[in-house]
Order: sequence, then structure tokens, then C-alpha cells
Amino acid sequence: MDLENQKRVKELSDQYGAENVIIVLGAAESEAAGLAAETVTAGDPTFAGPLTGVSLGLRAYHICEDEMKSEVAEQVYEDQVSMMEMVLDVDSIKKEMSAIRSEHCKF
Amino acid sequence: MNSVIQATGYILAHTPDMLVHNGTTQTAERAANPQSEYLQQMPRYLRNYQQAIEYLPNQTYIGNLTPEQLAQIDQPWYDKKAEGAVRFGKFGEIMPQDEFLLLMQSCDVFDLVWLSKTFVECTKPRLSSHPLIGEDILSKIKDGVEQESVERYVHVEHAEPLYHLGELVGFVKRAHDVDINLSAHVMLENLVSKATSVLALLHLIHRAGIDKSAVSYVIDCSEEACGDMNQRGGGNFAKAAAETAGLTNATGCDIRAFCAAPAHALILAASLVSAGTHQNVVVTAGGCTAKLGMNGKDHVKKGIPLLEDVLGGFAVLVSKNDGVNPEIDTFLSGRHTVGTGSSPQAVITALVTEPLDRGGLKITDIDKYSVEMQNPDITKPAGAGDVPLSNYKMIAALAVKRGEIERDEIGAFVEKHGMVGWAPTQGHIPSGVPYLGFACDEILQGKISRAMIIGKGSLFLGRMTNLFDGVSFVLRKNTGAQEECAASEQQIRSMIAKAMREFAENMMREQR
Repeated sequence: MDLENQKRVKELSDQYGAENVIIVLGAAESEAAGLAAETVTAGDPTFAGPLTGVSLGLRAYHICEDEMKSEVAEQVYEDQVSMMEMVLDVDSIKKEMSAIRSEHCKF
Repeated sequence: MNSVIQATGYILAHTPDMLVHNGTTQTAERAANPQSEYLQQMPRYLRNYQQAIEYLPNQTYIGNLTPEQLAQIDQPWYDKKAEGAVRFGKFGEIMPQDEFLLLMQSCDVFDLVWLSKTFVECTKPRLSSHPLIGEDILSKIKDGVEQESVERYVHVEHAEPLYHLGELVGFVKRAHDVDINLSAHVMLENLVSKATSVLALLHLIHRAGIDKSAVSYVIDCSEEACGDMNQRGGGNFAKAAAETAGLTNATGCDIRAFCAAPAHALILAASLVSAGTHQNVVVTAGGCTAKLGMNGKDHVKKGIPLLEDVLGGFAVLVSKNDGVNPEIDTFLSGRHTVGTGSSPQAVITALVTEPLDRGGLKITDIDKYSVEMQNPDITKPAGAGDVPLSNYKMIAALAVKRGEIERDEIGAFVEKHGMVGWAPTQGHIPSGVPYLGFACDEILQGKISRAMIIGKGSLFLGRMTNLFDGVSFVLRKNTGAQEECAASEQQIRSMIAKAMREFAENMMREQR
């Protein structure tokens, strides 16, 4: 994850409390989504950014996961996300995200 | 009347030592963790020049292999080689690092680049035999300095070292004592960009077969900035490169829009020619040292050679419609506007379907789409997936949503209207433009009629806006229409008389 974004995630978690922050991801690949999720839960796996060694344990979801999809107005989802949903390997993304959450999420 | 693409030129420079010493992944790692495992392992994963030449995507970039032929070969490509591969190709060449350092010196007009005497003696004869590099460029290569001088400048005078095969062979001096925009580091990056652009220009002019003086305007669309501390991005790479390449009758300017810049520049060039402001406009871009080895950590971790070891460059000649060459149809140009939104769906709609709707065309009416043509050999091991493939799937999904194809036809659409990626991950270099050379050939051969070139850029990286950007245009078969002649006074009179007559007749009909 971009180092600047790591910094912003850390600052927002400090400001509002990690239990009040949810990360919504839009990565096109399960590997990339998993890496970002790992960064905001277990810490930066590349040991490069501000989240190195910082296990925030945030709740992280991909926009195509049912938990997120149900939060979005149907028409908005149709207009903004449905096309991508058609081309993504959503099953693999769901599997990756839920594995990371069950291992590292604290909330 | 639309302008045409008259010729293209594509070049690579194989610079493994610049990957080690100037790529930001490596310089950041060296600053943060000088003893890291990656830095220690890295040298074992560097490719030599012959390996870079034999690399299938590189041969495709310079035109010795078509995208279709490349797609026939199973991925990954890094463990295979192009048999009988050569340095020069249909579109350009892959220049070795040592010759490139000399070319870089010849592009330096402020005595900033210095090379050791032995290195120059050893390399100059080879560059002298280059078919496109004449005495005008060779005469700017200096005899060389003693090795002690090289060491002193690097260790005492804050010069940026230049290496070849691990040996210190020269340096780039800082151009000012305190101005960071003229530091040795920035000067090296900018001179590399200029030199790769010059090489692309030389190939372009050679391929176009035109007189250098026929070019009146040059647009540079790379991603570097040149200037001093009072005008950091003042420019102008375009004119600087045009000077070295001998385009004495040209002026020009730089267009910046991250990776979308080449498509922006081509649309502007086409408009300048269509408007009659210029007859021959060249769009050019050099390569970027910072991006060398950008995904190196992932490659080394996976035991893959460091594939991002080439600088890229290209140049395109946009000319007045000759009735033959493929036309740039600016009417069918897409724009990602401030209000478009950033979801992929909104982006693809703005860039692909909006212009097509304007022209009454369907997504399937475009024979080939050229998107971000990054080489998947590089991006897949780094977790970024197959970038062109993702783009094609998005276009196909939009076609499904519009009812133009069935959902189970997505795969077939991608195969028919898409291509595998072959360009190095040099930002603007893979962005839509790598296909132009092939597209022109295929249109002229009648294999395809229309191609859409799409350029997308990540503006948010500059932290001035959170926006994304993109533009597109259609390249199509020449209609053969010649320039319309201005209507004569007599013709205008008869046209007005005819319109008046029709008007009067209509009025009389209505009165009845």
C-alpha cells in the first residue's frame, strides 16, 4: 500500500479509534486486495511504510463483498461497480479478504 | 480534414547499471536499508545486453515481432528467447548502455556529462558505426577524463556516478551549487529523457524519409520536468531534443499529463495539423530512470530476472492528410472530465462509449483497442495482474451492459479486439501509443479499419487533485478524400441563390 495512504490510515485510526474505522478496497486482484487488507490489519508486510509493525486490526472489505454491496444504493452500485463486478474474480477476492479478516481483524 | 500518422519510431536503451543506481526502488532501499537482502541478491538477477535483445516483448516493441506473434507464445516470456534476435528492428532499436552513455553526453550542452578516457576510447568506435548517428552528434563526444577525476567528482563534488557493467566510468555534474532542480540527480534524469527522445526522433525521421527541416513543431510528452528553482517545470524537452536531432526548423513545447500525456499530445498534434497551423508535428517522449527496477523486489523474491532494465522512447510524425496514411479522427475523441467520476465504469464510458456514440458506432466496430500496454511478464509477478487484459475485460463488460455482446462472449471479445502487452513499465511509454506502429501497418494492409488509442493518467500522484485523467481517439483507414478546395465566388453566389430559391418556394407553399 502507498506509504502516504498508510500514513492517512494510521492518522485516522488514531483520531477516531480503530474500532470506528472501516477500510473499503477496490483492488482488481485478490492478491493486491489481500496485501492492502493485510497492511491495515497485521501491518505493512513490505516493512516500508508507517504501518510497519503496527497491527491496527481494522475491518477491511472489498466493495464487491456482500457486506459492502448491501450498504450501497442499488442504482449507484449498478452505475459505478456492476461493470467491474462482471470482470473481477469476485470469489477469489472474497476468499482472500475473509481469510485476512479472520486471521488479523480485531473488531 | 483529419491529419494522418505518417511514421513512428520506437527505441529502448538497455541500462542495467542505471537500474541499480538510479531506479527509485533501489535508491530508496539503499537509503533505508543498505544491507538489505534485496540489494545483495539484485546483481545476480540483472540481464546482460544479449538477454535484453532476445527478450520477446523487447523485440515486439521495436517491431521485429507483432503483438499477434507474441500472443502465440505461452507466458511467461522471461524464460524464453527470440531466436536470431537483433539490435535493430522495423521501428527502431535496442541500444546498449555503453553507447547510450556516449549519446547522453552528446545531448549535454552544458559540459555536465563526463566519461573516462578509456571508456570513450573503447566505446566511440562502435557508436560511430551507428547508421543514424552522424558527425553532428559524434563531434559532441569529448575525449574523456582520467579515472582520478571521475572518482574526485563523484566523491567530493556531489556528481552523480555513471556505471557500466559495475565499473565507474563517468559522472554527471550538478549544474548549480544550491538549486536542487539543477542537482546532479535531476540533470541525470533529464539528460536520459532527452537522449532517449533524441534516439527515437532519429529513427522516426529515418523511417518517415522526410527532410529534417520539414518538421515545424515538436511536442514532448514524457513525465520529467526541467527548469531551475524559480521555474521548476519551465521546459522545454521538446525543443532541446529537436536541436540535438537536427530539426532546425522546429520549435515546440512539453505537454504533461502523467501517463495520459502521449494521447493528449497526439490529439493536440492532430488538431494543429488539421487547423493548418503546422504541416508536420512530431510527438516524442524519452524514458525514465526512476522507474527502472520499479517492481524489482517482487521479481527477485520470485526468482525472476530484473525485467525493468530498459528505458523506452517513441516518436510519431503527424502530417497533413495525404489520402493514404491512417487518419487521426479527433471527432471520435473521448475525454475523462472533471465531472466524470473515478469508478472504472465511469472512466471507460467516458473514454470509449461516449465518443463511439457520437459517431454512431458500437464497441464492436473498433477492431483493436490499445490501452495500457504494460508487459504482463513484469506486472503479474508484482501482484498488479495483467493490465491490458483487465482493461479489455472492462470494455467487454461495458459492451455486455449495452447489450452489444452476450456475457459469455467476453473472452472472445478480448481475444478479437485486444492484444497482449509488450511495453516496459515506463509510465507514459506503454500508454496506448506502443500499438501505433503496428496499427498503421495493419490499417494500410487492410487487416483492420479502426483502432482506438486510450491514454490514462494518475493525476493524484502529483497531489494537486484526487482526479484521474484520460483521453482517447480513433485511428482509422484513410477515406482517400483530398483537401477540399475553397469555393469560388461564383460557387458561393450560386449556393446562396439556390438557398434563397428553396426558401421562397417553402414560403409560398406554406401560404397556399
